[in-house]
Amino acid sequence: MKAAVLVFPGSNREGDVAQAIELVTGRKPAMVWHGDGDFEKTDLIVVPGGFSYGDYLRCGAMAAQSPVMAEVKRRAAQGVPVLAICNGFQIAAEAGLLPGVLMRNAHLKFVCADVHLKVESSQSLFTNRYQAGQVIRIPVAHAEGNYFADAETLRKVEDRGQVAFRYCAPDGTVDGSGNPNGSINNIAGIFNETKTVMGLMPHPENATEPMFGGSDGKALFEGLVEALS
Amino acid sequence: MTVAAEKNPPVKLPNELTITPQIVAEHGLAPDEYQRVLSIMGRTPTMVELGIFSAMWSEHCSYKSSKVWLKKLPTSAPWVIQGPGENAGVIDIGDGQAAIFKMESHNHPSYIEPYQGAATGVGGILRDVFTMGARPVANLNALRFGDPSHPKTRHLVSGVVAGIGGYGNCMGIPTVGGETNFHAAYNGNILVNAMTVGIAPTDRIFYAAAAGIGNPLVYVGSKTGRDGIHGATMASTEFSEDSEEKRPTVQVGDPFVEKLLLEACLELMATDAIVAIQDMGAAGLTSSSFEMAAKGGLGVIVELDKVPMRETGMNPYELMLSESQERMLIVLKPGREELARKIFEKWELDFAVIGHLTDTERMVLSWHGDIVGNIPIPPLVTEAPMYERPWTLTPLPPVLDAAKVPAPRDYKASLLTLMGCPDLASKAWIWHQYDHLIMGNTAIRPQDGDAALVRVPGGHKGLAMTSDCTPRYVQAHPETGGRQAVAEAWRNITATGARPLAVTDNMNFGNPTKPEIMGQFAGAIMGMAEACKTLDFPVVSGNVSLYNETEGRPILPTPTIGAVGVIEDIAKAVGSRLSKAGLALVLLGETQGWLGQSLYLRELCGREEGAPPPVDLAVERRNGDFVRGEILGGRIAACHDLSDGGLLVGLAEMCLAGGTGVTMKLPAGAGAAHGFLYGEDQGRYLAATDDGNALLAAAAAAGVPATLLGYAGGQALVVEGLLTLPLAELRAVHEAWLPTYMNSAA
Repeated sequence: MKAAVLVFPGSNREGDVAQAIELVTGRKPAMVWHGDGDFEKTDLIVVPGGFSYGDYLRCGAMAAQSPVMAEVKRRAAQGVPVLAICNGFQIAAEAGLLPGVLMRNAHLKFVCADVHLKVESSQSLFTNRYQAGQVIRIPVAHAEGNYFADAETLRKVEDRGQVAFRYCAPDGTVDGSGNPNGSINNIAGIFNETKTVMGLMPHPENATEPMFGGSDGKALFEGLVEALS
Repeated sequence: MTVAAEKNPPVKLPNELTITPQIVAEHGLAPDEYQRVLSIMGRTPTMVELGIFSAMWSEHCSYKSSKVWLKKLPTSAPWVIQGPGENAGVIDIGDGQAAIFKMESHNHPSYIEPYQGAATGVGGILRDVFTMGARPVANLNALRFGDPSHPKTRHLVSGVVAGIGGYGNCMGIPTVGGETNFHAAYNGNILVNAMTVGIAPTDRIFYAAAAGIGNPLVYVGSKTGRDGIHGATMASTEFSEDSEEKRPTVQVGDPFVEKLLLEACLELMATDAIVAIQDMGAAGLTSSSFEMAAKGGLGVIVELDKVPMRETGMNPYELMLSESQERMLIVLKPGREELARKIFEKWELDFAVIGHLTDTERMVLSWHGDIVGNIPIPPLVTEAPMYERPWTLTPLPPVLDAAKVPAPRDYKASLLTLMGCPDLASKAWIWHQYDHLIMGNTAIRPQDGDAALVRVPGGHKGLAMTSDCTPRYVQAHPETGGRQAVAEAWRNITATGARPLAVTDNMNFGNPTKPEIMGQFAGAIMGMAEACKTLDFPVVSGNVSLYNETEGRPILPTPTIGAVGVIEDIAKAVGSRLSKAGLALVLLGETQGWLGQSLYLRELCGREEGAPPPVDLAVERRNGDFVRGEILGGRIAACHDLSDGGLLVGLAEMCLAGGTGVTMKLPAGAGAAHGFLYGEDQGRYLAATDDGNALLAAAAAAGVPATLLGYAGGQALVVEGLLTLPLAELRAVHEAWLPTYMNSAA
């Protein structure tokens, strides 16, 4: 699997995701600077976490207008898979690659903690190594992860099975207790209609080694390798 | 006329303002200090020159009251690459890698403007570390707030925590540890001490000493604005009721720009373009240009009109004294300007050649072609005021007779009171607002161990790091308190299995012109120096913050110790989580039941009295070396040092961290139960092991007192005959206090 990780001014988890990709593929992904609208062909594009452009104006709003994102949209339309994590999810939502928006956390504070996620679907490039209904534990670290969509959009997202992960309690119960940010329907991650783009707030790249936060996120990258190699 | 003045003939400069005694006083210069200025200059200084003397001779920049004492601290060891005097300390951690670290205070700004004060404190310490070539890998912070019932405390906690998180999270550096205390002595003067640890190759460390006459002086980073003018001077005076009017002296941070600056500097450092580099921290362009030239024994010409400016109408005085953030000064090798410019332009940062080095040993400032300042550099250092202020040591208070401290009527209630008190309650509300996981190397998270443990990227080594001080001990007896702060930091590193290597000290004290305050400082240094020597734990960097008083009321003396240790194989490290039933709990070290200055005495008896627990450094070393050996030998599964609150609190913390209960009984000869369970005797560890008898035998062989207390299992903390406390109930109380406090209306 050849992967490219985008780098915007202010990205800061590009190294984490590159490390996770190297761990499962044995090779470093290409790091693509935001000004580079003409990067090499790859099997996977990763939009990483961080504070692109300092989160000024609105999280992800400026990065969504960068030359590289115009190219990402073009390639995504051709079916190139895009994994958008945290600030990457915000950028992808701003760029129109994914429905809905990420608002300020309901409690108005940054939150860094392990959360439990219920896998909603194993029928995707990103989740094929998980079982539907499986509960996994990986961390979140964000101030604006409160997913929201208007009623009509939300109905479509739910009806089409576009929800990838929901926040849940350790036993899998989907209720307010496991929701770290107030996301509507406890949504932690979603697909586009073709399930070739996935955005999620939690950080699977920070859960790939047992000693360093657990390894429940590793299967996501292994599944991608399997599907894209 | 002094010798210095003869060597440096006066340069006549027109003065825009008459320098009156009032203007001198407003610059924080004492009349005799101003006389020195006159004799060095041989004439009346211009306003910008006066401002430079004021900043450079401020307590904050000159260490004029503390220098004579700081010299008593041990600063060398075979693994020390750079001790105090540079931007940060540097130690060798093997494999061609160095750990670069320092702790620094941002107390006064954080009290006036908590968010920006704390945020720029983090920004400043990060720059101190990456200016030396290191990529920062971890942040820690030590916070002291006033009484929770004080009307300002909630607002200050909220702002400081948000500021630290706002800066560190955006920079992408994990905030992995620290400490938070509350005491009424900090009501009008909180402490915000921030520490950064970075990693660099030992052969790629950058220093501040300028070299190469004619080499260009380059300014990079943010533009200069009017914020923070005279911050260093403000940080060197006492507070009064009107301190909030000083809000404009607080800097405003932009972590996004600092992130760009970090990446741009590291990119430039990977080339061979840099001769010297220095961040612009306290006293901004003044101290950075001055220190670079002074350390290199050179002169410098600064063309101030070339400094990138954020606003129009700025003058030389403002430019030299602004503390605008996210700026660096670099001396480049000749001909490397374009290479460097391209890197900074890529990162969309300002880049300007603003001067060059000379052989004159003078700092010459020009403004659109006119000379506006011309100061001889060496006498500003050699003739800087240095004070041996009178000092009175705090006598050792009488030892409190434990028999005169009442036992609790209800042990369960007493443990819940302690575990829910502000100093011991869970600080999860704070550290969940800090990204402590970014970079993917955090092996021991906050609350899961005595020290944070972070993997050194690209290998199997780990760095353990901690920050410690028990101010109530220092207040009671500074010498013991200084010794204890160092010993506890050493113990916390040891409890993970790492080898303690070196210390950064952040000395927070009151007004040094009062003999009893200077005596606290002196006593603390004596205790620290002795502990650092005995434990082979040199001080490699630090910071002094004096005048922490409001309306004449001083803070508790607080010499915060930041420390770093290394473990060769991170897989061998342990935390304090008790996560397996059947483990034997062994108490290592001697327990007398020392209740003087204990949290039990303060929280349950309402008394703050007696001598603090003595620290026997030889015993400390023997016990710690034994514990570390057992951990590295794989014979200890979890370990916790015993400090605030004593044995029962330590045990409760281990149970909560790992989600496993314990049943223990008081050993024969334990003495009074409350002394045994809540005494704060030093040099002790609680170890969980698969083979209790083997550990007891090994301890006996090493001459370390050891007692088998009981076994892990179940979902309650049980002390036979005294208490049975379900973990759920303990956890609820432990975790409730801070969020409840923060969410309640002011």
